[in-house]
Parts: sequence; structure tokens; C-alpha cells
Amino acid sequence: MATREEGDEKLRVGVFVCQCGLNIAGTVDCEAVAEFAETLDDVAVVFNNRYTCSEPGQLEVKKAIQEHDLNRVVVASCSPLMHEPTFRAVLAEAGLNPYLLEMANLREHCSWVHMGEPDKATDKAKDLVKMAVARARRLRAQKEMVVPIRQKALVIGGGVAGIQASLDLADAGYQVYLVEKEPSIGGIMAQIDKTYPTMDCSI
Amino acid sequence: MADVGRHPRIELLAYSEVDNVTGYVGNFTVTVRKKARYVDVAECTACGDCEDVCPVTAPDEFEIGLATRKAIYQPFPQAVPSAYVLNIDECLGNNPIACGKCLEACDKDCIDYDDEDELVDIEVGTILVCVGMDVYDPTTLDEFGYTRYENVITSLEFERLINSGGPTRGHLIRMTDREQPRTVAFIQCVGSRDASRGNPYCSNFCCMNTVKDCLLIKDHYPDVDIKVFYMDIRAFGKGFEDLFQRSKEAGTVYIRGIPGEIEEDPETKSLRLYVETTTEGGVNCHEVDMAVLSVGAVPKRDSDMIQRLLTLQRSQDGFFLEAHPKLKPVDAATQGIFFAGCAESPKDIKDSVTQASAAVGRANRLMMQGEVKVEAITSTVIPDLCKSCGICVKVCPYNAISCDTKAKTPAVVVEAACAGCGACSAECPFGAITMKHFTDSQIDAQIDAMLSDNPQDKVLAFACNWCSYSGADLAGTNRFQYPANVRLIRTMCSGRVDKRFVLRAFAMGAPIVLVSGCHFADCHYINAVHWTQRRVEKLWDELEKKGIRPERLQLEWISAAEGQKFATVMRAVEELRQKVTRDEIEHTRKVLADVLEPTGVVA
Repeated sequence: MATREEGDEKLRVGVFVCQCGLNIAGTVDCEAVAEFAETLDDVAVVFNNRYTCSEPGQLEVKKAIQEHDLNRVVVASCSPLMHEPTFRAVLAEAGLNPYLLEMANLREHCSWVHMGEPDKATDKAKDLVKMAVARARRLRAQKEMVVPIRQKALVIGGGVAGIQASLDLADAGYQVYLVEKEPSIGGIMAQIDKTYPTMDCSI
Repeated sequence: MADVGRHPRIELLAYSEVDNVTGYVGNFTVTVRKKARYVDVAECTACGDCEDVCPVTAPDEFEIGLATRKAIYQPFPQAVPSAYVLNIDECLGNNPIACGKCLEACDKDCIDYDDEDELVDIEVGTILVCVGMDVYDPTTLDEFGYTRYENVITSLEFERLINSGGPTRGHLIRMTDREQPRTVAFIQCVGSRDASRGNPYCSNFCCMNTVKDCLLIKDHYPDVDIKVFYMDIRAFGKGFEDLFQRSKEAGTVYIRGIPGEIEEDPETKSLRLYVETTTEGGVNCHEVDMAVLSVGAVPKRDSDMIQRLLTLQRSQDGFFLEAHPKLKPVDAATQGIFFAGCAESPKDIKDSVTQASAAVGRANRLMMQGEVKVEAITSTVIPDLCKSCGICVKVCPYNAISCDTKAKTPAVVVEAACAGCGACSAECPFGAITMKHFTDSQIDAQIDAMLSDNPQDKVLAFACNWCSYSGADLAGTNRFQYPANVRLIRTMCSGRVDKRFVLRAFAMGAPIVLVSGCHFADCHYINAVHWTQRRVEKLWDELEKKGIRPERLQLEWISAAEGQKFATVMRAVEELRQKVTRDEIEHTRKVLADVLEPTGVVA
């Protein structure tokens, strides 16, 4: 499928408010956040999902992109450090450039840290969605640079972990450079007589 | 070990250290310092003729000082590479040659007093950090008398004593009289599980190591009485409980309680351990011939250097921080770098081997594809606005920007070298550099959206992707509660936070703005965070001149491991916010009104 690029087309933002079971919905009034999102500029459609990252949740995002002709997506769920790659892949599968995604962190930065203040947490969640939509409206499609990756690895440290890593990598066909600070590999393991649980020698 | 030495695809650079690292995932260039060994590794057959004639003796590091070695030596019999090394600081023969005996003795002619350090560049796609750990030094725990009483030894010293290849050929003796002890005590958790003295964490392997040591003693010397003093025995792994039970059946006595004091009998040199037994109550005295301190793990001493060279992060315990504690336990936050073994946390051999194979799996996953996509977050010069001043060239930590200031041609960004910190964009006086995907207009839109209603109630915090934003995530996963007034705007680096963004926020009515980033040592972009600090310091002066209290702009360094600190800072900034009056906010709005006027720059 050809990747759609942004142009002069009218902005159509889809907002997906995730309840994360009760992780978010236990503190934040997700329905109120979803209703609020509908009032924001260029928002074409809003969904309130139980788990946006689940298979049915992802399917719903994909379906919505196609059915509602969305060209920006806001997922209001957890940290982008956790699920940005997940939803970027969803956008790509639906034919949208993955950089047209913005996330609002309603879980780590909101529901989990304001558990005793559901009203204030809901207000904050609305703000976070509002900020995310504002940024999403200005997102542009990006092209990722593809660079070749060398088939060689550096292992720093020749103790038991470094030795195992070097052997596994080399057996898998990669050239390995094993750098060891001391005159011999072996590390602390080499100093140990018998080792548990097998009670045999370590070297 | 020997397999490493003879594998055709492993180049072993022993007695070498990483000196410098540049590049990015798939394309790292690593400078390795091969330290002068003074012995040709390829030629040396480890015959030992040099060692025989060497007149210098020194403490043997491998035997932890329980034996001596010569100035020219093989670290241990099974060493890989199987070659000698000369400690030039101990050698008499160097410059001018005063001894030279080894040189004469070496038939292969492989000793070279003029050997020098050599720097070699290697190019790799991925890096595995397996730097290991050091053992805790119990000297500071005065109550155990380590180094004061000779018969108090560490568990690693015990390993050498019970080892058939060790200084006593495996005969367990005590230091003072070279006699076999009749009673041995093991003291657990030395340096572990004590936040005030030592380290707060459990070192993972010490319980099972002691269980194993007890079985070894009972195997060799069934009549030796063994008492293990412990807090909890953690025998949680596969087959571990079985070993623990076997050691009990073999006669090891486990006593719940850590000795508060060890006393030495001045005549017999035996030891008296005073212990409060927590299962029965009351303080008891146990007399033993020898005590073994089961010492825990500490982060490798030169972790700082590796951290700096690879721009890694460490958790509060000092071990390297993984990208995610459950889902990416062997990945570093930097793409293409992985952890294995005790570098990441204390662990035993089986877990180290498991983690090494896991890290290789992750590295293989990247390398087998042959190419890697680089996130499109790099900087772009807008040629029409560029005045060729060259400031961006100075700012860039990666030397990714070039600019001919004399010819007055616009600056050029080498995309492959740009890591996307955004410091150039923030420092450019003409707004001529913007970041793909973290554009000025996107960040402006976030600021405006947040502050368009009731700005007086809110705190705006800029947080860098790698440290402060992750620290906020950690506060979340740990459920550290803090006031709900703060809203975060994520940038890749705090160095991206343009002065304009801060002024815009104040012009929009923000009572408090927080800029948060990585600690200097943690900066993910080499030194971009220095620009953050310089910029904020300048802004403090500027705000003051405009009659705006500089305290309203806060600067904090919060690492990815500092969830608790993040919550504390949020409480502190909320307290500051409450002190900002409406009049103050109005005054600021008026003073900075021109900031909000459109500049015509569309980025």
C-alpha cells in the first residue's frame, strides 16, 4: 500500500482514549476525556478503548484510520517509551506515515501518580490530550534513513558473560572483538573453585 | 575459556581497554588501547623460563595476595591467551637495563622492554557490555575485624584456599598457624542488604555460594564444624533448595543472626563471635577457628568510564540501567548496546550465561537484518534564514554540522552523524535550524494548548526523553504520588529547550517553568546538557532584568532511575507555583507580550 503523505488535505485527527483496564480508568474518567477530545479542533473521531494496545484495540485503530480517512492519530494511553513503536507500526500497516502519531501519557504521568485525586487527574488527562492533538495537527510525515549495519560485534569484558556472549556471537557467524582489561580472560569466575549448582569446576 | 582463544571469528584483545567510541547503531567506531605487555603474545609459549630467572617477587593478584608471583608472570595456569606479561613498574630491567635476566632466558626472543601502548580502531555494529563486578571490601566494617584478625577472610579468599590449584593446593588452613581449622563460621550479607553501611541490595549469589562452600568443606573434611550466620537464606533457583538441604544433612548448622562483634583470642588466635540469635532471642558467643565473610557484589570500579564512553545510564545501586526492567532487560537505552552479566546487576554464573545468550539474541536480531532504520529526528537547516555564523558547529556534540563562515554559505547537517539532540536548533540565534519531528511549531502548539486556560494553576515541565521523562515514567510504575498540576513536554534532550519556548510559556501565563534533563555524566548526547545549563543561567539573568523572578524558571537534573526524585521535584515546584501571584503573572504577560507576536518563521 502506498504511504500517504501529508499535503493540503484537511486535517482529520483520530483520538483513542485507552482505559488500560482500570490502570487509567480506575482514576481518570476516560469517558469525560473522550467527550472533551471531541470538542478539539480537527478531531474527526474519538474512541474509548479498554486496551488500545491489544489485538482488537490495534485493529480498531487500523479500521478507524481507513473508515474515517484519518491523517493524524493520537493515542492517549501509556508512555510512548513503552508503546510508541507498537502504534507506529499500526499506522504503517494502515497506510499512514508512522510519524503522524502522537501519544498522551495518561498512565505513568497521570492515573498512576494522582490516584487520590480523580477530578484533578481527569482535568490533567484532558490537558494532555489537548496538547497531544495540538502537536498532532502539526506533525509531518518523515522518512527514516536506512543505514547498513556492520556484521561485527564488540564485547567489553571477558568474564563468564563476555565469554558466553563472544562464543554465541561467533558461532552465529559474526566477527567478534573481545576486549579484556586484564592480561587474561576469565574474570572472577576463573578464581572460583567449584561452582553451584553442578559442583564442578568453573574454567 | 580456551574456546575463545581458538575461535576463528573471535579476535581477543586481552590487556586492552576501550579508549573512545563514536558513531551510532550499526556503525560504531571503537578505539581500543592495547596496553604494552612487553611480551609478544603470538610468540610466547608460556614455557616459564623467564619467570624462573626473574628476581622480583610481588603479591599475586589472582591469588588475592595469598601467594607471590614474579614481575614477569602468567596470571594463572589456564590463562587465555596463554602468554606471559611483564609488570614494568616492578621490573628492574627497564631503562637502563639493570637486570635483563628474562631477556637472556627467553629462547623465543619475545620480550621487548621498549613495547608501547598501541591504539587500534575497530568498526562494529553492536556492543555488548559485560564488564562484570567487583567484590565488596569489608575492611570498613570494623566489627568483623577483617585485616585486623588474620583468621577472618573473605569468601573469595576462601575460594583460593579450597582450590586445588590455589596457594595451599586445596588444603584448608587458617592463616595464623597454617593448621586445619576445626570450626569455621560463615557470615552472610557482608556489604549487602544494609543501606547505612554497605549496599541496600541483595547480592544474589552469596547464599548459594556459602551453601556450596559448606558442602565442599564437608566433602574434604567431614569433621569440621560449620556454622552459617544469616539473615535469610535465599535458595530460590532451580536445584538450589536441594543443595541447601544437602548442606544441612551434611551437618552445617544455620543460625539466624549476624554477629555484632568478632573478638580474637590473643593466644590461640581463635575468634569469638557475639550474635543475637533472632529465632531464639538472646546474645550467644560462638568460638570458631576461622571466619569467612560472605562478601557481596559492587559495581565495577571503572563503570564511570564505560558509562561516559557509551552514554549509558546506571540505576541507583550503581549497576547499568536496562531500557525496561521487564520488557527490555538486556537492552541499553542507546540502540545497539546490550548488557550481560553482573554489569547489569549481581547474578550467578547460570544467570550470567543466560543473560549473555539473551543479549546475543537481541544483537543478532539487529545485525541479521543487514540494515537499520534511524529515527527521523535529526536537525535541518533552513538555508534562507542561516547567516553562516557557525554557532551550531560549536554546539554540536557530534561534529555533525559544517559551515564555511568565510564563504557565508549556509550550514550543512550530516544526517547520518546527527543524533537529534536539538542543541543546535535551540542555540541558533536566527531560528534557522529546526528538528524533524520535534519542530518549534509543534512545541509552541503544546505550550499554547496547555496554557490557553487557567495557566496560573499549572506547572510546565520540559523533560528529556532519556532521563527525566523516563524518571517520570518510573515514578508512575512505582506509584510515587505528586500534585496533579504539572504537565510534561517531551524533547529528546533538555538541550533542545529553546529560550523562546520558556519565554513563550511565561508570556502565556505560566507561573512556573521547569527544565529537566540528565545529570552531566548521564547526558545521552555527550555534553549537550552543558548548553542547557548555560542557556538557563543566561535566562535567569534576562528574566531578572525584565523584573521577572528567576525562581520561576527551575532547572533540575533527574535521571531515569530517579522516580522518587522526580516526585519530590514535582512537589517542590508545586509549592513554588503557589507563591506566584496573579499580579506577577499579569506583569510577566505584559512584559513578554511581544514574544507571542508571529515572527513569520514557519518551522
